[in-house]
Amino acid sequence: MAKNEENNNPGNSAQYITFNIEGDRYDTFANRKFLLRKPYKPAAPDQIKAFMPGVVQKIYVNKGDKVKEGSKVLVLEAMKMKNIMFAPAAGYIKNVNVKKGQMVPKNHVLIELELIS
Amino acid sequence: MSIKLKTVDLKKRMQQALQGGGEKAIEKQVAMGKMTARERIVSLLDPNSFHEYDLFVEHAAKDFDMDKKFLPGDGVITGTGTISGFPVCIYAQDFTVAGGSLGLMHARKITKIMDHALKLKVPIIGINDSGGARIQEGVNSLAGYGEIFYRNTQASGVIPQISVILGPCAGGAVYSPALTDFVFVVDKISKMFITGPEVIKSVLGEEISMEDLGGAKVHSEISGNAHFFSESENECFQQIKKLFTYIPWNNSKKADPFPKKSPNLKLYDIEKIIPTDPRQPYDVRNIIKAVSDDSEFFEIQENFAANIVIGFGRINGQTVGFVANQPLVLAGVLDVDSSDKAARFIRFCDSFNIPLVTFVDLPGYLPGIDQEHSGVIRHGAKVLYSYSEATVPKTTVILRKAYGGGYIAMCSRHLRADFVFAWPTAEIAVMGPEGAANIIFRHAIANSDNPEETRKRKISEYRKKFANPYVAAAHGYIDAVIEPSETRKFVIHALEISSQKSERGPKKKHGIPPF
Repeated sequence: MAKNEENNNPGNSAQYITFNIEGDRYDTFANRKFLLRKPYKPAAPDQIKAFMPGVVQKIYVNKGDKVKEGSKVLVLEAMKMKNIMFAPAAGYIKNVNVKKGQMVPKNHVLIELELIS
Repeated sequence: MSIKLKTVDLKKRMQQALQGGGEKAIEKQVAMGKMTARERIVSLLDPNSFHEYDLFVEHAAKDFDMDKKFLPGDGVITGTGTISGFPVCIYAQDFTVAGGSLGLMHARKITKIMDHALKLKVPIIGINDSGGARIQEGVNSLAGYGEIFYRNTQASGVIPQISVILGPCAGGAVYSPALTDFVFVVDKISKMFITGPEVIKSVLGEEISMEDLGGAKVHSEISGNAHFFSESENECFQQIKKLFTYIPWNNSKKADPFPKKSPNLKLYDIEKIIPTDPRQPYDVRNIIKAVSDDSEFFEIQENFAANIVIGFGRINGQTVGFVANQPLVLAGVLDVDSSDKAARFIRFCDSFNIPLVTFVDLPGYLPGIDQEHSGVIRHGAKVLYSYSEATVPKTTVILRKAYGGGYIAMCSRHLRADFVFAWPTAEIAVMGPEGAANIIFRHAIANSDNPEETRKRKISEYRKKFANPYVAAAHGYIDAVIEPSETRKFVIHALEISSQKSERGPKKKHGIPPF
């Protein structure tokens, strides 16, 4: 794994870092794009996220509702399409984080589920 | 009417057409710090060489009262001329006429001059400064763009195509530059994007300025869409003129040779550029300058994916394309961006008969989740593909590290380099000594009484035995181990010997590179 051993402050255009590649270390500069790269987040099956930015058109569920896998949960209008979003798994609605008419960015957590295992 | 009167009439018509969008529009253009389209052409081409065509073309729109409007030249100027005596076809969109918007006839003027360029086998230069499609002309505008893209593709690899972005270039319009070989941008003037800040705000609710979304800096540093960045239009034109000294007119010619010159060895002492500690970085551009004529190096995409360096220089008067890993940035690794950058340049050089000289010093491909997820496999494969495919003379010099996949990718013998040389400092191995020793001697290290010491000893053993050029030399994978000071001599000879090289791969319609 490449890791940055110094405190990095994204926004600086270049920074001197020590790079570790397969056990061998190299002193080098990191460019802006490298410093600005997004950290990886593992997928969370209990979150329903906006797959693209859009406007919440309709919400079919309330907090506490029980949903089946494939139940309609909301409509996200994005790129001139009314996209119906479904529950990825069976569970209870833990939280509805959005309101009708709300504009959401990509990957915004719309609904949180409590999965029935 | 006498000839005289007819000539007077012609002059009157010309004057009317030459006024562009009129005084007010021109004032606005100047206030934005921009030259007018005609001024741009005149500044770029040799004095008095510009010959304009299709000055009297009129737009063909009828709807929305467009038939009552007169748009001089339909917002684009086309013609031919020379740059340092080098013939070129050129067009420049005129923002003062209907915002340089592209309608049917505007597009026809462009495609006509592109057809000329392809038929006459001379380079085409497009100066883009346009608000985009002329909405009033509807689907005809789209047809116009499509016709331009088709010609860009047909001309690709046949004649050099150059795009100069001197104003907005938005929506479909960006794809013509994207299909061309070199894109020039100017700070604060060039703007390129598929969807502008307003659309992004209304659709996505995200706010961003035009400059931060698609300004010159963004495209030359982050997106890699631009190849040359400059502070002013004049500086930009100087860059274009310089580029033309390095490239041929078309793919059946070689770039014009220049008088031979020695490198400036006082400034660039090749023996002193590389630090002895393989961990320490240095600027590989100094190695290029220590080898190239007059120590000149014309770098392309300087600020994008700076972990690889590409650009033109000359060796014994002949243009060569240099590709070099840059240990100064990200240890010189290959990653998604640097692979893209190098692969496209290699293909340009191969198309236009420019020999390739590669300097190798890299620890391999960049590890990381973001790299794997953004497709470092398929992007990295582009380097393998383009080097393997290239049939121009290929000379490789391994300076220090050449580990693993990186060794193979950087124009190794196995991808059919014609000559591979290595410095005595070269380390050609499957991976770095520490990593390799940790794997091979894993058990010996774990089972020893003093693991740390055993590890150190094993690393040192491995380094002595494998971190050198002689194992590869023993297998004939490299042709010669050379002293750094002999590099230029060997490269000159390699280029001379391979000057008659003509190689053809198997017959095919085209390959399928991992785009």
